[in-house]
Amino acid sequence: MTLSQAVFYALGAAALLGFLSLVVLVLTWAERKALARIQMRMGPMRVGFHGALQPIADGIKLFTKEDILPSWADRRVYWLAPVAVFVPSLLLWVTLPLARDLVLRNLDMGLFYITAVSVLSVMGLIMAGWGSANKYAMLGGLRAAGQLVSYEIPFIMAILGVAMLAQSLDLRVVVDGQASYGYALVQPAGLFLFLTAGLAELGRTPFDIHHAESEVVGGPFVEYSGAHWAAFFLAEYLNTFTVAALTALLFLGGWGWPTMPLDGMAHSALSAAWLLAKAAAVVWLIFWIRGTFPRLRIDQLMSFGWKLLVPLSFLNIVATGVVLFYGLPLWTLTAVSLVLLAGTAYIVFKNPGTDMERDTVRVVPASELRRDAA
Amino acid sequence: MQIQQQTQQADSIDLMINMGPQHPSTHGVFRLVIWVDGEKIVRSEPHIGYLHRGSEKLCEGEQYSQIITLFDRLDYVANLNCELAICMAVEKLMGVQPPERAEYIRVILCELNRIASHMLFYGVYGLDAGAMTPILYGFRERERVQALFESVTGARMMHNYIRVGGVNEDIPDDFGARMNTLLDQLERGVEECDELLSQNEMFLARTKGIGAISAEEAIDLGVTGPALRACGVAEDVRTSEPYSIYDRFDFGVPVGTYGDCWDRYYVRIEEMRQSLGIVRQAVAQLPEGEIAASVRRIARPPKGEVYLRTESPRGDFGVFLVSDGSDKPYRVKVRAPSFCNLQALQAMLRDAYVADAVIILGSIDIILGEVDR
Repeated sequence: MTLSQAVFYALGAAALLGFLSLVVLVLTWAERKALARIQMRMGPMRVGFHGALQPIADGIKLFTKEDILPSWADRRVYWLAPVAVFVPSLLLWVTLPLARDLVLRNLDMGLFYITAVSVLSVMGLIMAGWGSANKYAMLGGLRAAGQLVSYEIPFIMAILGVAMLAQSLDLRVVVDGQASYGYALVQPAGLFLFLTAGLAELGRTPFDIHHAESEVVGGPFVEYSGAHWAAFFLAEYLNTFTVAALTALLFLGGWGWPTMPLDGMAHSALSAAWLLAKAAAVVWLIFWIRGTFPRLRIDQLMSFGWKLLVPLSFLNIVATGVVLFYGLPLWTLTAVSLVLLAGTAYIVFKNPGTDMERDTVRVVPASELRRDAA
Repeated sequence: MQIQQQTQQADSIDLMINMGPQHPSTHGVFRLVIWVDGEKIVRSEPHIGYLHRGSEKLCEGEQYSQIITLFDRLDYVANLNCELAICMAVEKLMGVQPPERAEYIRVILCELNRIASHMLFYGVYGLDAGAMTPILYGFRERERVQALFESVTGARMMHNYIRVGGVNEDIPDDFGARMNTLLDQLERGVEECDELLSQNEMFLARTKGIGAISAEEAIDLGVTGPALRACGVAEDVRTSEPYSIYDRFDFGVPVGTYGDCWDRYYVRIEEMRQSLGIVRQAVAQLPEGEIAASVRRIARPPKGEVYLRTESPRGDFGVFLVSDGSDKPYRVKVRAPSFCNLQALQAMLRDAYVADAVIILGSIDIILGEVDR
């Protein structure tokens, strides 16, 4: 590596870090505003225009707060855990392109690298749970381990389906393959799988089981405060953005569809803006889900993952493989995918095999009761 | 011998977890100790008493008119229902009949208080289940009711409004108009809340079949109110032993089927609709006239004892009052529905998961001020 290359990567990494920090700041504000909108509130209004500077105020608060070390904690594990969570989520961005030329280092095996690195953050959560020497944290850490490892499979399988369609693990090629239409149209089931498993990987509602406030009081993060807590927080929002960006890249056509006009720097900027707009739409969907849904229980989450999402992801792969191998038109894959989705919806909403009744409350008129009493 | 030792070491031991008194979902200073094997609850043990203020004993040192404020602080989410119970007990002992208008005002306010209380339940139940939006919708409706209470009683909580023999002061002039808008808003609000949470697939998964107890078991444990009605027992003090003027209204008593968390939840949603119906009828029939019977300011009920049951939002709220003929009661005993319903917690927690503990505790809807007194 020459000196100029080293300087390029150092500057690029710094720029990336700056960009991502900005994104996270905006996301925290956007989430509060979005939830406030859903909940008929104003959200932050005091710091800056419509609370726009609130994230900075929060940041100052968090970084000036005392870092508390519980006396029973496993010191090294406890302090390392936030780093172990934050670093992988940052590393993902090495190969995630915002536009054709806006990427730190494009890898031929980009998707492989992403799946490999995204698994690492589980370790950080378990470390936090163990290191805190707190029962809630331990329970939360174990929940996180079970949850993230199970949902890793449908997550990777959904990515694999796209890789099969694009015949490449290179994200640029994946986007090029969607020049005329996004893969969401070819594999709606893949999009559903990716988003659902992605939500579970993020630990966001309705899968926020490992840090459920009403049950394990914050889970692995319960003992953390100040800057170390902020690191978890940053990682969570960064991951949210990563999943949204990946959804846009893999399923919504990235910057490629529809193609942006102009060329050179202007084209890159427009492409990046277009990609960010798509990612923002996905982020909004994630916030919307958070504002609407309750939380699943850990065993329900597991059975949903293993009994529904994992088979669905395998079927998705098989269908894609058959269609590609026999060279069938792609709309057949869309049809199969839609059938798979319909089957999933049937299982979720109709609960076959259980005798659950929906309306079990009836109203007895008081006159009847008075007559009985008399 | 060696093998045995090894298996013993390999055996997992149950993990004891303290839920509360400082836990976000124990609804006050309630402590629940649970022993878990993985995520399953093996054993549970509720501890109460963190909010014990000796209310019943304090009552013995206060004149009857002063006791009302102490009752305000029992069930601090349904203050007026508590006030009503003690005032009616004293009236029963003294043989005083409050004027018609006072009875109607009492019923209107108590039923509104029931709606406000159930709205709070609805909101926090959403939080327990992990949904963060219901609490804000629930509180919006509760806020509207409290605004009305403020205009009528002068306070949003701790009203001290109902008096022995009537009520403190007459309703404000704009009461009718306010009630009309309020009832329309509440009607829409209840439907909105119902739509937001009740039939949500994940909410159903979390609450259906969870914490179910049979009707016999519920009765044996002394469960009353919505928790009992959810088991399929149509028992409501307002119909089985009508007090005040409840025998004049046409309303329904919601009854569940399985006695699980969803039934307990939905019985309350349905109850809000019924309460709205009662309030509508009461407002339409509200007569003119006196608002209080003439009772001496320092009431001295005759020697004797009385027990009176009312239907509070949480269940059968009973007051046992012994008078020795002086201006202070000799003994006051409260049968608090939250306390009695809490007895069923251990039965409901059988074979539950940790996450269910929160849902089950929430579905009983305890108010610690009333449990600990």
